[in-house]
Amino acid sequence: MLAFSFNDTLLVATVLFSIGLAGVLVRRNMVFMLMSLDIMLNAAALVFVGAGARWHDATGQVMFVLILALAAVETAVGLAIIVCLHARGRPTLDADTGNLLRG
Amino acid sequence: MHALALLAACVTVVGAIMVITRRVAVHAVLYLVVTLLALATVLVMLGASFAAMLEIIIYAGAIMVLFVFVIMMLNLGQPDSAREKEWLRPRAWLGPGVLATIVCAELLYCTSPLSGAAPVPAAITVHDVGADLFGRYVLVVELVSYLLLAGLVSAFYIGRNRAGGR
Repeated sequence: MLAFSFNDTLLVATVLFSIGLAGVLVRRNMVFMLMSLDIMLNAAALVFVGAGARWHDATGQVMFVLILALAAVETAVGLAIIVCLHARGRPTLDADTGNLLRG
Repeated sequence: MHALALLAACVTVVGAIMVITRRVAVHAVLYLVVTLLALATVLVMLGASFAAMLEIIIYAGAIMVLFVFVIMMLNLGQPDSAREKEWLRPRAWLGPGVLATIVCAELLYCTSPLSGAAPVPAAITVHDVGADLFGRYVLVVELVSYLLLAGLVSAFYIGRNRAGGR
């Protein structure tokens, strides 16, 4: 018997996703928004792994690996945009002020 | 065993709440590392030890280092003396320390042979994941490699040096 039932996994993932969503909505600092996005991606990955354990299928962990790659790309590009905005001389990391990116 | 699962889930949720409520970015990164370690514990309890190792190595290792580097480069305000005073105050590291101690104690309890932790039955091993990944999903792997390449190119393009003029 697994320590986590599928319902527990869904509950934890839902709470994690809600926290991440609240972070994206509430915080205006872009670094914190990226961290909240990572929390949300982790919640989604947790559901995949939990479902894979529930139905004993390796596809859940395959999806986990893919989500990991997606999170790495998203973090890299997001942090590059933050560094770019900061190097442009912007004094704050408020997301509401950065709506123009002249590549 | 269920108490351990509950503990790991609670540490994950509390850490995530702490991440989105901190004011200083480095504190949030500390809490996020603890959250990811606790989530790796949850994954182990789900029988996905390979995913847990990937979570620790790639997420808590590589991606968090990326965050720390960028926060160091940004240097958001705060004169040095005030910042060092902030580091030395216990309040800055007490929270991540307590949560990390809980995860570490749980790990020690689980690895101790006297605790009689039953092996998870029919865990999905690396062999299954690898066979699936390069069998049925080989096209998706190629697509992910394209995604990684696109991310690399765009990060390089955004972050390139503009000092030479356009």
